[in-house]
Amino acid sequence: MKVTIDNITLEVEPGTTIMQAARMIGPEIAPPAMCYYEPLKGTGGKCRGCLVKVTAGSEKDPRPMPKLVPSCITTVQDGMIVENTINEQVLETRKGIVEFLLLNHPLDCPVCDQAGECHLQDFSFEHGVSSTRTVEDRNTFEPVDLGPYIKLNMNRCILCYRCVYAADQLTEGRVHGVMHRGDHAEISTYIEKAIDNDFSGNIIDVCPVGALTDRTYRFKSRVWFSKPEEAHCDCDKCSGKVTLWYRGDEVIRVTGRKNEWGEVKEFICNTCRFERKKTSDWVIEGPTKIARHSVISANKYGANLINPSFPIKQAALAYKPIDDDRDRSFLPARKSLPSSEKK
Amino acid sequence: MKILTEHIEVPGIETIDVYRKHGGYQAVEKALKKMTPDEVTEEVKKSGLRGRGGAGFPVGMKWSFLAKPEGVPRYLVCNADESEPGTFKDHYLMWKSPHTLIEGMIVSSFALGANTSYIYVRGELMYVIHILEKAIQEAYDKGLLGKNILGSGYDLDLYVQSGGGAYICGEETALLESLEGKRGNPRNKPPFPAVKGLWQCPTVVNNVESIAATSWIVNNGGDAYAQIGVGRSTGTKLISASGHIRKPGVYEIPLGITVEDFIYSDEWCGGIREGHKLKAVVAGGSSVPILPAEMILTTATGEKRLMTYESLSDGGFATGTMLGSGGFIVMDETTCIVHNTLTFARFYHHESCGQCSPCREGTGWMDKVIKRIELGQGRKEDIDLLVDVAKKIEGNTICPLGDAAAWPVSAAIRHFRDEFEWHIEHPELATQPGAVYMRPGASWSN
Repeated sequence: MKVTIDNITLEVEPGTTIMQAARMIGPEIAPPAMCYYEPLKGTGGKCRGCLVKVTAGSEKDPRPMPKLVPSCITTVQDGMIVENTINEQVLETRKGIVEFLLLNHPLDCPVCDQAGECHLQDFSFEHGVSSTRTVEDRNTFEPVDLGPYIKLNMNRCILCYRCVYAADQLTEGRVHGVMHRGDHAEISTYIEKAIDNDFSGNIIDVCPVGALTDRTYRFKSRVWFSKPEEAHCDCDKCSGKVTLWYRGDEVIRVTGRKNEWGEVKEFICNTCRFERKKTSDWVIEGPTKIARHSVISANKYGANLINPSFPIKQAALAYKPIDDDRDRSFLPARKSLPSSEKK
Repeated sequence: MKILTEHIEVPGIETIDVYRKHGGYQAVEKALKKMTPDEVTEEVKKSGLRGRGGAGFPVGMKWSFLAKPEGVPRYLVCNADESEPGTFKDHYLMWKSPHTLIEGMIVSSFALGANTSYIYVRGELMYVIHILEKAIQEAYDKGLLGKNILGSGYDLDLYVQSGGGAYICGEETALLESLEGKRGNPRNKPPFPAVKGLWQCPTVVNNVESIAATSWIVNNGGDAYAQIGVGRSTGTKLISASGHIRKPGVYEIPLGITVEDFIYSDEWCGGIREGHKLKAVVAGGSSVPILPAEMILTTATGEKRLMTYESLSDGGFATGTMLGSGGFIVMDETTCIVHNTLTFARFYHHESCGQCSPCREGTGWMDKVIKRIELGQGRKEDIDLLVDVAKKIEGNTICPLGDAAAWPVSAAIRHFRDEFEWHIEHPELATQPGAVYMRPGASWSN
């Protein structure tokens, strides 16, 4: 199947979503995902951050889709043409989505443990506006301890439902869910019950914001001061593949291994996450690769940085010079793009 | 011309014996004994009956989209979760004449090949649920429901399910989630219910009034139904008229009478209450755009506006509105549009399910901003802010609740911007009890 996203055409398998196809091209083309989480079934479609414009539905029916569609749950049709970063309407809508998400989200990043690996920070940095138009009070909730390991700060929650799906699919007998409606909806356990089972810690990893945080790590460090190392151990409950976060030679946090989209593919158990905090518990594999634009890369040098892979070559192949004969001699001489050089 | 409410005032019509005496259940006998399911569907298609829940999608076409894979059960679900402010027609019909709905359910289920059907009733209408359950029991006793109905070999079980009191469960996929026993969050579409609905099986969700109309169509033929009305708006429609009129209530009108007739004729609303003038009308329940007096009576081209799907939406949202679910709210010159918009915005804020961000946050934001304006704390930029927020909600949400929340706000500002400005510029006047802005030269202000 052929799909064209932002003028870049690629071949994909039937059943691929627009989001997956865009991710194949690269992070600069991929729409932001606040609620979609590939390893969890049923996620997506809620935050509306990944809305894209489909300018041609398919080869057979090339009419544009009337509304913007959520790319994370819309499957690709043969010959579909999608506009993401090049469509004004999409970018304008995304500004609105950031504004909506920040409406009741406290701007307490300086004291939030998630800062630095927060999807909402990235989203608002990339797509938001720098000023606010609201003068209204934010809805507030009291922070709650969900058992000994997890802290819930409902103020920061953006109701992506990821933790609900994670608890549904990873654990037996989910005890938390969403209560109430609208902007007073909240994540809650049944009568403030503790969340207690072996894989509950994963709801911390899937949370895109700082609503669910690790109580054993709270306020210990900023993520960009710590150094991630890949490690594994022989665990009878899970795969044992983790990322250890070091400050000096002390392990201050253990998380699942996140891929470049911030998604954990192999979920880990609570014993690995909360109790094995000595280097001697682990076999170290080497430093984790960090995207260069991530704030976590601060003060880290060497081969473990991932450089941006902006598909400039692909974009250049699709580049068509503007066909007009206006006089451009007054412009300074410009290097021509790679594609035109070849021709 | 009355179809649904012809015998509604007959004493005892809620019992099956009286109902049958007045021609009830003839459609069941005719359909099950003399017709095939496809013939029933064909008649409904010919009738041009359009969904009475608000969107106005042709019922016959909806039925023909139903996927029919082998060995998979199909369901018919009746959407009786009528919660739109201003709409109370289904409630009236079910309460007065429950067998009209049950007869329609049997005929429609037969046409769709559904052996299990549900009526999802709004939770607040508990007494209506009791009435329906009693009527269903009567139908079971007479062999009109259950196994082998009237010896035709067709089986149908009909259940009534009470909602939990959420407006959002009137959205068809949220209704199905709620019916399955889950939190009433709308589903992402596609897949549509016609392919994957209740318990992932093909399902048709129809409004009470649409289903009730099918039995008349079976009795008298689709062509007879299509002769009532104008153009593509065929048949009759129940209108819940409320507000500042002399005779509020539920009226069954043939589609195609003029709006002026409907408001001023003694047969229907009976005119605006004594000594007052028409200011604005919300023609189809709280979610459709409000229109000022002169625009609701005549279209932009100067023709008289009719009570039809097409005529009411003539001119798009710039000068038109929608027939919607038929909640006809009439306001005279004592109505403050800002206050009215606040009431609607507060409702949608309260009823948003909170699943997708534009609706969850946007409805609350609009509510808070309009409240500030109403309380005399508005800022000049707030009006444009409201328009922009409404624009960013509209079309970007999972279900139509976002649109329904955005339309009344943007329409109120479109047609009554001066009233909002007056609230912002003269907070000391606007916050006085009963103070209403009078537009100089408007037909409703002297």
